[in-house]
Amino acid sequence: MTCESPPLSARRRAAGPVPKIALAQAEPVAPLSRFALGVPRLDATLNGGMAKARLHELWPAAPDDAPSAAGFALLLALKAAGTKAIVWIEQQGRQGRLYPPGLAELGIDPARILFVSAPDEKALLRAAGDVVRSPAVGAMLIVPAGPAPLLDLTASRRLTLFAERSGTTAILLRTADPHAPSAATTRWQVAAAPSRALEANAPGAPVFALDLLRQRGGAPSYGWTLEWDRDRACFAPLSRNLAADAGGEYLAAG
Amino acid sequence: MLAENIWRLANPILPGTGRGTAAEGGGGGGGPQVTRPDRLPLHRSSSGPPPRSGEDAIVFVEKLNNAMRLTALSRAAMALGLTPDLTLADARARVPDLVALDRDHGAEARLLARIVTGCGRYTPMAAAEPPDGVILDITGCGHAFGGAAGLKADLAARLEASGVTAVCALGDTPEQARALARFGHRGKDLLALPVDALEADPAVTLALRRAGLKKIGDLASRPRKMLAARFGDLAIRLGRLLGEQDRHISPERPRTPIFALRRFAEPIGRIEDALACLEELGHEAAQALLERHEGGRRFAARFFRSDGAIAGIEVGTGQPTRDPALLIRLFRERVDALSDPIDPGFGFDMIRLDVGQCEPLAARQDDHIAPSRHEEDLAELIDRLSVRLGARRIHRVQPENTHIPECAASPCAPSKAPAWDSPPEDEPPARPLRLFDPPQPVGAVMSEVPDGPPMRFTWRGRAYTVARWEGPERIAAEWWRRRNRGGRPRDYYRVEDADGHRFWLFRHGLHAEDGPQPDWYLHGQFA
Repeated sequence: MTCESPPLSARRRAAGPVPKIALAQAEPVAPLSRFALGVPRLDATLNGGMAKARLHELWPAAPDDAPSAAGFALLLALKAAGTKAIVWIEQQGRQGRLYPPGLAELGIDPARILFVSAPDEKALLRAAGDVVRSPAVGAMLIVPAGPAPLLDLTASRRLTLFAERSGTTAILLRTADPHAPSAATTRWQVAAAPSRALEANAPGAPVFALDLLRQRGGAPSYGWTLEWDRDRACFAPLSRNLAADAGGEYLAAG
Repeated sequence: MLAENIWRLANPILPGTGRGTAAEGGGGGGGPQVTRPDRLPLHRSSSGPPPRSGEDAIVFVEKLNNAMRLTALSRAAMALGLTPDLTLADARARVPDLVALDRDHGAEARLLARIVTGCGRYTPMAAAEPPDGVILDITGCGHAFGGAAGLKADLAARLEASGVTAVCALGDTPEQARALARFGHRGKDLLALPVDALEADPAVTLALRRAGLKKIGDLASRPRKMLAARFGDLAIRLGRLLGEQDRHISPERPRTPIFALRRFAEPIGRIEDALACLEELGHEAAQALLERHEGGRRFAARFFRSDGAIAGIEVGTGQPTRDPALLIRLFRERVDALSDPIDPGFGFDMIRLDVGQCEPLAARQDDHIAPSRHEEDLAELIDRLSVRLGARRIHRVQPENTHIPECAASPCAPSKAPAWDSPPEDEPPARPLRLFDPPQPVGAVMSEVPDGPPMRFTWRGRAYTVARWEGPERIAAEWWRRRNRGGRPRDYYRVEDADGHRFWLFRHGLHAEDGPQPDWYLHGQFA
């Protein structure tokens, strides 16, 4: 009897009314605010920019693109967070760690980021639930180590609801294309793209190849190539064929 | 009123040295006297006069204005003609065999605190007069020792037995006792004390001396209004010294630990009920904390089972708090996170909550117009996460002063705000976003020239062709830190392949004409 009662009470608590109350409370949902990426045509596609206080999902196109996906996610978090804190919740076991001097080189002050490491996916999800409910956090990055089967439609719906109430922007950085339903507001596939060469054929500023695979209340949009301008803290459109792109802009404007 | 003035100049054991010289060995009567550090030179030069007490000339030195100066001397050192404020070099020139030790103010303060605690045997009203005095209010306390004089003699004997050289004096007010102890030279005449006994500003004392007012007696006959007009608070000091005004001392009271407990006539068997009870205890503890204007940093709950087993859980917070709701939330997190859940067995018959560590926390009114609680919210979030995941899993990063890339950052407490330099403008990122530690070996590196950049490499079984590159950035090993010269230098290249993946590769070591070629490693990936 003694060994049965704690699991019983624990189960009761786990399945208890806590989440239902949290969801059913008629808390005021903050009006939807957006942050622009700095690329007018992409922002127009996104109805004025990425939505704050929502869940966004990203994944790399190939395993080699994982650093690019992480970089793009961090830059989105930087733009979404404003002056508030950024929390990076990582599941233990990812290969290669986030390198703080590299963050500083991207224009993200490492001192602003609170690093949390969760031992497994369940703990990751619970910690993410805590963080996303805190109004002190501007943006949160959830970084599972593997395919993350627990981060399904229900979990993403919960995260979205929490984010709407607290105003925290949640960004889920997956390791691969999930092929699973998700309540995320936007879903992006990120890949690295060749940078504009500097003098002496040196690699230039980071360039991301983006595909907006899905967005709520909007059409998908493919084939974006954005360069991150660290000094102005914004993205700039870049095309492999720069002259043709400029001509297209000119035609559209004329 | 009794002032006990520990003579720091004459007391060789007072300043602790951290070398086992029994800085605190005196203690409760009959304790060990000063023990000599064995390693120090104790032989005496024949030229100097032998010290009177037969002790060594020990001086304590401090760095003042960039010079090592003597600040405390043993009797023997004083007998050799050394004085405070002398530089150590001058003192060594005069007395080559001088034993000079670093002064330890922390140990002195601890010894003083012990003496104050010990004086509790005479009166509850005992207070420290930093840096080297103790003041006791012995009003109505003397009868047990045969009057105030008997008390003084008892105290002096006890202090001497424990190796503390002290001067005791009795006075009507704390200032009077203090002045007699420090400036009285065993005399009892207040009016004969020098004006220094007022312990006013040095400029004021100098002005009084220049005006020909050298003794307290010279001042006592003057009209106070004139003194107040010319020297400010000197009149108050004089009044207190002469016993015309009194001041109360603030005695050191032992701080009672804060706890709350509940006993049950019938043991309670459900954890939920126990936690509900803990919440009530939290309210009680919060009330006690509020009365003391304090908040707790560490809380321990103990559940006493009726069969004698005790289960304890502890939570800590990053900032002092007395919010019972927050407290119970942390305890619930802790209970949920236990791998071995608390077993109520046949029930708990007592629950006790202790506040282990308190810090000042003033009452505060919220700003109703613009409630900005972001920092507190963040601290609360950090507490919750550290209770659930463990404090080591939540951190910030701080820069380290090293060139070695894998050592350039280290985790620090989340409450810290480390300062990072921003990178130079108009430059592409020079450091990768992801770092592999240890670096991953890459194979089949082809270069155009032996010590040139890589043109082609394979990593994880895939071949990459380098389209753009920059380098090398040579990072040498820190030969000044390691005995074996730290290892080989690394030549770092930023490279980008045809698809746009950016890598940070390095060649480990220098190219040699004959012999094995240096290995290549992948140390990181850029965004």
